[in-house]
Amino acid sequence: MTDVATHRRTGAPRVGESAPRPDGVAKVQGRFAFSSDLFAENLLWGQTIRSPHAHARIIDIDIREALSLPGVHAVLTADDVPGELHYGLEHQDQPVLAADVVRYFGEPVALVAADHPETARRAAAAVVVSYEPLTPLVDSALAAQADPIHPDGNVLRTLTIRHGDLDATAAVVVEGTYEVGMQDQAFMGPESGMALPSADGGVELFVSTQWLHADRRQVAGCLGLPEDMVRITLAGVGGAFGAREDLSLHVHLCLLSQHTGRPVKMVYRRPESFVGHVHRHPARMWYRHHADTDGTLVKVEARLLLDGGAYASSSLAVIANATCFAAGPYRVPHADIEGTVVRTNNPPCGAMRGFGAVQSCFAHEAQMDKLAAALALDPVELRRRNALATGDTLVTGQVITGAAPVAEVIDACASHPLPDLAAVDEQPMMHRPGGAGRTADAHHVRRATGFALGFKNLLFSEGFDDYSSAVCRLENGAVTITCACAEVGQGFVTLAQQIAREELGIDEIVLAPAETATVGSAGSTSASRQSWMSGGAVQAACRAVRGRVLQQVARRRGVALDGLVLRDGIIESLDGSVRVDLADAVDGPIEETAEYHHRPTQPLDENGQGDAHVSFAFAAHRAVVDVDPELGLVRVHDMTTAQDVGRVLNPLQAIGQIEGGTAQGVGLAVMEELIVEDGIIKNRSFTDYLIPTTLDMPTVRIAALIEEPEPDAPFGAKGIGEPPTISSTPAIVAALRAATGLELTRVPVRPQDIALPRS
Amino acid sequence: MSNVVVPTTLDEALALLAADPQLSPLAGGTDFMVEVNHGARRPVRVLALRAVAELRGWRRDGDVLVIGAGCTYVSMADPAFAVAAPALAQAARTIGSPQIRNVGTIGGNLATASPAGDTLPVLMALGARVEVASTEGTRTLAVDELITGVKRTVLHPAELITSVRIPVARGPQEFCKIGTRNAMVISAAGIAVVLDREAHTVGCGLGSVTAAPVRATDAETFAAEAIDWSTLRAGAGTTERFGTLAADAATPIDDHRSTAAYRRHAIGVMARRALERCLS
Ligand SMILES: Cc1cc2nc3c(=O)[nH]c(=O)nc-3n(C[C@H](O)[C@H](O)[C@H](O)COP(=O)(O)OP(=O)(O)OC[C@H]3O[C@@H](n4cnc5c(N)ncnc54)[C@H](O)[C@@H]3O)c2cc1C
Repeated sequence: MTDVATHRRTGAPRVGESAPRPDGVAKVQGRFAFSSDLFAENLLWGQTIRSPHAHARIIDIDIREALSLPGVHAVLTADDVPGELHYGLEHQDQPVLAADVVRYFGEPVALVAADHPETARRAAAAVVVSYEPLTPLVDSALAAQADPIHPDGNVLRTLTIRHGDLDATAAVVVEGTYEVGMQDQAFMGPESGMALPSADGGVELFVSTQWLHADRRQVAGCLGLPEDMVRITLAGVGGAFGAREDLSLHVHLCLLSQHTGRPVKMVYRRPESFVGHVHRHPARMWYRHHADTDGTLVKVEARLLLDGGAYASSSLAVIANATCFAAGPYRVPHADIEGTVVRTNNPPCGAMRGFGAVQSCFAHEAQMDKLAAALALDPVELRRRNALATGDTLVTGQVITGAAPVAEVIDACASHPLPDLAAVDEQPMMHRPGGAGRTADAHHVRRATGFALGFKNLLFSEGFDDYSSAVCRLENGAVTITCACAEVGQGFVTLAQQIAREELGIDEIVLAPAETATVGSAGSTSASRQSWMSGGAVQAACRAVRGRVLQQVARRRGVALDGLVLRDGIIESLDGSVRVDLADAVDGPIEETAEYHHRPTQPLDENGQGDAHVSFAFAAHRAVVDVDPELGLVRVHDMTTAQDVGRVLNPLQAIGQIEGGTAQGVGLAVMEELIVEDGIIKNRSFTDYLIPTTLDMPTVRIAALIEEPEPDAPFGAKGIGEPPTISSTPAIVAALRAATGLELTRVPVRPQDIALPRS
Repeated sequence: MSNVVVPTTLDEALALLAADPQLSPLAGGTDFMVEVNHGARRPVRVLALRAVAELRGWRRDGDVLVIGAGCTYVSMADPAFAVAAPALAQAARTIGSPQIRNVGTIGGNLATASPAGDTLPVLMALGARVEVASTEGTRTLAVDELITGVKRTVLHPAELITSVRIPVARGPQEFCKIGTRNAMVISAAGIAVVLDREAHTVGCGLGSVTAAPVRATDAETFAAEAIDWSTLRAGAGTTERFGTLAADAATPIDDHRSTAAYRRHAIGVMARRALERCLS
């Protein structure tokens, strides 16, 4: 018998421990292969011809000159799409290539493949597209009444929530109108990928994406191929944040590859990337809150209008979130809320971290502060008095059955000591508002704090049968996990191994590449769902393998199954008669596949009522900011946060998610906005689409990670990726209001909004 | 001939330029390569200036600071430089990121002639003289003679900027700049204020608020008269008035980086604050 002592665990991290990323060092050293680094022999380079108009009729596309250029192998238009002409995540309304009308600036019209990227660009410039410009519909408020810009109409979805007594009112009423600008996910790795023809006439696609199997369904449909002839493998992803949920160059690459019979690669440049993916929906929101004199909320009225841009993308789900969570994480007995998302000739909007909850949180938190002021009540105390708890009912009529430690989140964040910040006059000028620009002297600066609370759903909602699949294979004592979960930076690559170690007691866990041919769908890496869903699938697959191993051992050794335990790679019986290494315990490989489904949800009815969501996660932020009111410049110094996480699976990654999510919230609060004029994006570069630098990023202090296990969830863990982005923005703006006395009803808050509030 | 030539002397560089009209000078490449990557520039052949000894670094020549066209921003962080040219050192520190400052040069900033070039308001305020050379000889220009509009200069293709001459500081100087981010940001408005305690003059250059570099001459004259030069004090309202006059010299535009109204306002506030800092 093997010397079992040599197989004791090596200390590789298990669930609950900080596991370093396997790709971390490679990324820091520049050795990680991103999708832009793909290469194949005989490679062609693809290029997309895009609309320079926000709205126009295509009169003619002349490809002759482009096709005649040496080195050009294909020029394709909508006529060359063999399968379905449209694709879409929820609603199939977006053309693979525009045929007769272009509906947004940058919409793909034609494709080129050439033997050199520069040749491809020149060929693209040689394609002559004649347009008849049409008046673009760019005002979301006019969309519902305007002539339809798409056969499916301009109203993508309206969701009405009527809850309780719609005529209810109370002693104190506050009203406000709020606006959120168009934020971009601003990932670092632009869209890129490579398609290769496969021997069976199908296609192989390597691409950075968030949901391999949804891509496969759409790509196969557009190519007119059965799904099993399209094989998609995840290539190195340089950030996603929602922007890779929709297709971008996927079908285009495959079309070019199928047409030329050669591998084709595309890498968007930054200006193209900014039109090549969806953005966060801009929002206009009207609110009226009714409360008793003691601060008890009685009714919330809200009208939300989101601009979906030219195509549906995930607008239908985004508006559901914005509307369902419009009242905030508070007990609200009566609600009259209507959310609408419309189609315009602005850039298409879709998924971005926070997914609709970001927009309404900015508004409901501003309202809560306004209400606190009207009641002369401490804003934190007002939130505490109305905080949701397990057993409470949402405005959708759903009773919260899972963990809802909202009061704990509020208290942990609010009671955390204020940061030990240097007084303004003791700070280096660089650390004041204006930073390196040296604009502020100490006496120009005001310091203030702001508080905000937010929440959203985890996983998919409204009756969607969401699942993830995983395969666990045990062979010669080594375990391989196969799952199509897209690693986009969130950390599934460590988590899958941690879970397998935990369940099987083996340290050596291999995670196979994520691809469509070897395993079923893992669902999307979005909605804070993968730790739960794919984590659940990996756990279930490992447990199934463990069960079979123990069964075999029990049968062979003639011991009772329930007397056997598997620990640290050793199978032991409680009576001590069996002690065998897992590697030696079974004959041949054992493989199990598991499909994990979360509990079913329901669609919302015509009053917006129903058990539409699986679970909720809550977070609070307290911001400390310095403002130079005269110049309108801001330095956010400290963001203290507490978050409801269920259970921490990997502390290091939990901190990473919270810091990263907070950074995007800071960006939305004070700088990040795509400037769109007449449908045209004016700042399609990182020169002018500004994201926070180290001189803008506050210290993030985690007051508490509240670990109240979620009953349904594997290991009791909730998703943690999105909540940090939701409450961070309103906390900063609350602090800016406190410092300036201004209303500041729009984000991002621009310098002129503070310095010249009436202009 | 290779596509890239790397001369080591100025004479060699100028001879190469004179011989080949399709040769583009490249210094740090922080503007040049961005244009190449955006398809806005397709260089045929490149003249790399990095190895030209005469263009590098800076030196003091009596009361004058001679700054090589190839002097990088990181070299301006030298404390001795900051004493001799405080506002220029301050401006250099605001430019881009460490990577940009390691290679970006003052010559490149001038030749690019962007209204947002951060050295330009300082050089205007200081009355800098820019030396330009070709095989035909040299000429010396003021910054507003060199730069005539947005990205427009009077440089001939065969000419190189060789150096910039500025007076060594004879009084307090201040540079401030605004962008919607606390670092690595293109200026939405910038200002330089320079006091000369011996000549009793005030220089005020504006950035990002005019198409071509300008001095706020009314503000300069007003302040020069209002300041008590023996004590470096000025009467109540001086700095406010200075700010108003500086803002009046601005002719800003609305664009995706800011609004004209905010830019004008910001110039006024920064001018006032900069002068306050300069006065005792
Ligand atoms: C990320 C980033 C941030 C930036 N931030 C700032 C900023 O904050 N403020 C700012 O002002 N600028 C900024 N810039 C712009 C740029 O860094 C500066 O303008 C810099 O001074 C250019 O110098 P360079 O040596 O890199 O010039 P290059 O890019 O090498 O050349 C620029 C132009 O000047 C010409 N040229 C160079 N040297 C000479 C010479 N001796 N004689 C004649 N022509 C010459 C070149 O032919 C070219 O046309 C930034 C750029 C980037 C990429």
